[in-house]
Amino acid sequence: MRQRRILPGFGLSMGITLCYVAVIVALPIGALVFKAASLGPEDYWRIVTSARALASYRVTVLSAAAATAFNLVFGLALAWALVRYQFPGRRLIDAMVDLPFALPTAVAGIALTTVFASNGWFGSFLASMNIKVVYTPLGIMVAMAFTSLPFIVRTVQPVLEDLDPALEEAAQSLGSSDLNIFRRVILPLLTPALLAGTSLAFARSLGEFGAIIFIAGNQPMETEITALLAFIRLEEYDYPAAAAIASVMLFAAFVMLAVTNYLQARALRYTAR
Amino acid sequence: MTSRKPPRVGDSPTFRRFLIAFVLIVGTLLIAAPLAVIFAQAFSKGWPTFASTIAHPDTRHAIFLTVVTALIAVPINTVFGIAAAWALTKFDFRGKRLLTILIELPFSISPIVAGVAYLFVYGLQGLFGPLLQSADIKILFALPGIVLASMFVTAPFVARELIPLMQAQGRDLEEAATSLGASGWRTFFYVTLPNIRWAMLYGIVLCNARLMGEFGAVSVVSGNIRGQTNTLPLHIELLYHDYQTVGAFAAASILTVLALVTIVAKVLLERQGAGRHHGSALAGPVAVSQDTTR
Repeated sequence: MRQRRILPGFGLSMGITLCYVAVIVALPIGALVFKAASLGPEDYWRIVTSARALASYRVTVLSAAAATAFNLVFGLALAWALVRYQFPGRRLIDAMVDLPFALPTAVAGIALTTVFASNGWFGSFLASMNIKVVYTPLGIMVAMAFTSLPFIVRTVQPVLEDLDPALEEAAQSLGSSDLNIFRRVILPLLTPALLAGTSLAFARSLGEFGAIIFIAGNQPMETEITALLAFIRLEEYDYPAAAAIASVMLFAAFVMLAVTNYLQARALRYTAR
Repeated sequence: MTSRKPPRVGDSPTFRRFLIAFVLIVGTLLIAAPLAVIFAQAFSKGWPTFASTIAHPDTRHAIFLTVVTALIAVPINTVFGIAAAWALTKFDFRGKRLLTILIELPFSISPIVAGVAYLFVYGLQGLFGPLLQSADIKILFALPGIVLASMFVTAPFVARELIPLMQAQGRDLEEAATSLGASGWRTFFYVTLPNIRWAMLYGIVLCNARLMGEFGAVSVVSGNIRGQTNTLPLHIELLYHDYQTVGAFAAASILTVLALVTIVAKVLLERQGAGRHHGSALAGPVAVSQDTTR
């Protein structure tokens, strides 16, 4: 490490950075943790393990898991098609994969609700098969799948692009079948990126709010996600409960951040980028 | 990439057709249909209804508030992003990893949690609430609160584009410039900025899109006062729950056009080489490589 700083601007740039991070990021998070901690262990435990809170964790985690599983399959298929095949509209689809990130979540929420409502384009068709999406956990999954779609595509895509064809050719020349090569050569190379994308998508689904509240119906115990429960407690002026539930979400976010960082570090090591 | 002389895995015509059909069908269902329904609903009562909804004072105020928020928050965010990237890539100091994590943290936190957290800083039951009230300063349920919450949610956007890029570019050019007698500002404007401008613009475009569309965090801190503290996404919710479906989708169509413009800008900037230094696209925590102990 150098002793002397050669370039100017350390004080200024560091000052701006620390001020911003302290005021905008650290202060509110600290205040939330402080508020939750000031509850006392018994009250805190009672709030975060209340039946309604537990039900909201279950709905959120299960829906996020289902949405992520869907995106794992569809995201991999989409990335594969975009990288390996030429077909009309390929570049348009490649660009539109980012739509769920660029489209405000409230807009996505009302659009998905309208499409899947029982009188909507898909909803009326699904209703004829007795499948109800809007105001059911299925609706939560659809909203989560939409908002987290780009993560897996965008983490797998570059790895798939950089894949050395020689590896496949070697396996082919040894007489291995396509399915076998995919399973034993390609999939292991994609796994780190797939895992990293999966954890990003899952984390995003856990915290999603805007897209979900329109389509979920928000029935306590059944279709109420944890983020909404925190919001409802605020509207009821039950600030301690809001703080406690938000702190559980914050804790889950930290866990997911640690998992994602670990997986991403692994993915970077494997792809040597 | 497309030379398919020896057929690669998955190149059999049947599988190809199946996979492309699968991707096109699911993609249409999941992405194209919601996009189309926004415009179909917005114009379902014809152009005059659409125009009169947009011209309604509450909608106009929501657009105005959203634009003002972006005009305040995006430039501050950009200055922060440049400062953070300069500090993290041009100098060696302890705690670099921790600082990077703190900068990227907002991407991992649910907007609702962010909104609740701001309430416990500036709200009446928060740290500074009583103090602010006695001084008669209004932060929550007013523009400052909306700006602050938006800044939290979008904090990492510019920094995360610049840090990996400036990391890769190293310090040699700037060191050469200063050793030849250029001032710090001159070095920045004539040496650094030309190299990072596309990445910076890329970060700004994404930051702006996210900021103008932010819903969860702003909905906690704004108080939803119609015609006063309703940003465009909040106004959409309000119209939608009032059963003014056409109005809600008309307002939504404005943000949808913004999203489409953002995607076009993103593609154009990627052609200039921006956005290449990390895998995932618009959001999500990206581990910044920290191999800077050179």
